[in-house]
Amino acid sequence: MDADLIVQILFAAIKTGTPLLLIALGEVICEKSGILNLGQEGMMLMGAVVGFIAAFSTGNAGFGVLAAMLMGSFMSLIFAVLVLQLGANQVATGLALTIFGTGLSAFIGSEFVGNTVQGFQPIAIPLLATIPYLGDILFKHDILVYLSFGLPITIAFVANRTRIGLILKAVGENPHAANAIGIKVLKVRYLAILFGGAMTGLAGSYMSLVYTPMWAENMTAGRGWIALALVVFASWRVGRIMLGAYLFGFASIMHLVLQGLGVDISSNLLAMMPYVATVIVMVVISADQFKEKLLAPRSLGKPFDPRDMA
Amino acid sequence: MIRIQARTEPSSLMKLASPLIAILCTLIFGCILFSALDKNPFQALHVLLIAPLSDIYNVGEMLVKMGPLLLCAVGLSLCYRANMWNIGAEGQLLAGALGGSVVALTFIDSESVLVLPCTLVAGIVSGMLWSAVPTYLKLRFNSNLILTTIMFNYIGLYLLIWAVNGPLRDPDGYGFPESALFSDATILPTLVEGSRIHLGILLAIIAAFIGWFILAKTHLGFQIRVFGADEPAAKYAGFNSKKLSWFVMLFSGALAGLAGVSEVTGPIGQLVPNISPGYGYSAIIVAYLGRLHPLGAIVAAVFLAVLYMGGDLAQIEMGIPIAVVGMFQGVLLFFLLACDFFIRNRLIFNKPITH
Repeated sequence: MDADLIVQILFAAIKTGTPLLLIALGEVICEKSGILNLGQEGMMLMGAVVGFIAAFSTGNAGFGVLAAMLMGSFMSLIFAVLVLQLGANQVATGLALTIFGTGLSAFIGSEFVGNTVQGFQPIAIPLLATIPYLGDILFKHDILVYLSFGLPITIAFVANRTRIGLILKAVGENPHAANAIGIKVLKVRYLAILFGGAMTGLAGSYMSLVYTPMWAENMTAGRGWIALALVVFASWRVGRIMLGAYLFGFASIMHLVLQGLGVDISSNLLAMMPYVATVIVMVVISADQFKEKLLAPRSLGKPFDPRDMA
Repeated sequence: MIRIQARTEPSSLMKLASPLIAILCTLIFGCILFSALDKNPFQALHVLLIAPLSDIYNVGEMLVKMGPLLLCAVGLSLCYRANMWNIGAEGQLLAGALGGSVVALTFIDSESVLVLPCTLVAGIVSGMLWSAVPTYLKLRFNSNLILTTIMFNYIGLYLLIWAVNGPLRDPDGYGFPESALFSDATILPTLVEGSRIHLGILLAIIAAFIGWFILAKTHLGFQIRVFGADEPAAKYAGFNSKKLSWFVMLFSGALAGLAGVSEVTGPIGQLVPNISPGYGYSAIIVAYLGRLHPLGAIVAAVFLAVLYMGGDLAQIEMGIPIAVVGMFQGVLLFFLLACDFFIRNRLIFNKPITH
């Protein structure tokens, strides 16, 4: 294996890991507020199809991204109303969101299958891109990947160093105590859910505008679910999400790498690898029950009804 | 003025009315959607919901779709009651189809009456195996059941695709990704002459009654119900949560596996890549719509089977994409979850108290 191939593999791992990173960054904020949104796959597909249609009709990929983020937020708003206002079960509502999004995206996208758009082109960053190896791996991407480099730092800063982060943590760890000191628990959770939806919409548009770039039914192939596993893998820590996203990205392209190396295994068996890798990672990470209990937001998945306080 | 007030006791009337209201809301939503698409909404609803029941052939086809939905949903009802979030019915169904096909194709030249039972058992065991692994990983390594069962759906799908493209492909099939046609000895008998109503559908209904019996009449079922209603209480009472988890997961895997093997030995008659149009996922909605009650699942499965059937007809007759079925299923579950709010709450219409 020569250096060029390794550079190519790492470049592709970052590209493949980017949508996972975007979703996981949104979902981690959502989970920190105590809400588990399993609708990622559906929101991502809706983001992908709406982003594609918007970019296809206007010829502007920027509009596509914006439309996808709005769509993601709108989808998550449905989830938020059901879960926060009507006290619906978070698991069931998230599943409903995925089933709905999968069906609706296939429905509205059926006329657009087979078209392609002019997505975002790679931009080589002056000077940095000329660094041997590193430049080829990190600094010849498109604008959404650069954005995804900056986001974890911003989000980690907000979550760990600011008052907003503290409020978020209070709501996720103990909503009753947070409510007692005057924090509007439901408002915080609404915002966290909407943020998660926008990020997942963005990830969807990355799939249909940059990664492929086209629309196909069910094109996300379980990435929304893998991103949910990524949040558990990262133990709800933003820094580790970034590392994990690229590891998962690498696992997703491993079958291409092996084929490239001439390993003689059926491509259908190799296509299982991202999912098998996810299961293995889940097992290794969660085996320590005590650690997981310590790190997971304590009110995760539990409903909060302000009327209980009255 | 209208106020929302928490009920002191959950309303059992609303519990039954909620699915009906949700279906009504979904139909209204459908009318609005079809009008927006310049399709006659009443014609569309007629094709979606009435036409599938219009003649005996269509009813038969509807029942063919009901069978796998019901089998998966009965198992899921028990799982969800015991707080085991098994999303893996789809993968368990595919595993059942694959495992059954291996046996059916191995004994393709045999005419023994034992071949069919062996095939069915192989399917059931494969389904159980496919749910046993995530269950073991959850109970032993504390891994998230929702995510592992989902991953096993994808793994099962690729395993199936690999098998029909590789070891199980028909050598005389001109390279198509299909197995050979099963022999007559491994085909489920049809129950009604001239239709595709097969033995698997009867087994599904029997399974629903078995599920109901376990849940309502046995000590095991009692434990499952207590566990779902109040987990700390169940643990305090000394119920063995591991044993319960194993039971519901294996039961659910067995039924989903039976659903899969009934598809390949029933209406399809060979192993193909697209056995299921998402039955395992739709069964989640069937389970909820049936109120996590195995007998309720029968009614709910009929409704969703009609919708599936109607989706096929709507595509042929009105050019409406088949994906509309998936969307309606999602909307239905949304409305159902929203209506369930009124099981625990009620609206009060009154004047503010003045004195």
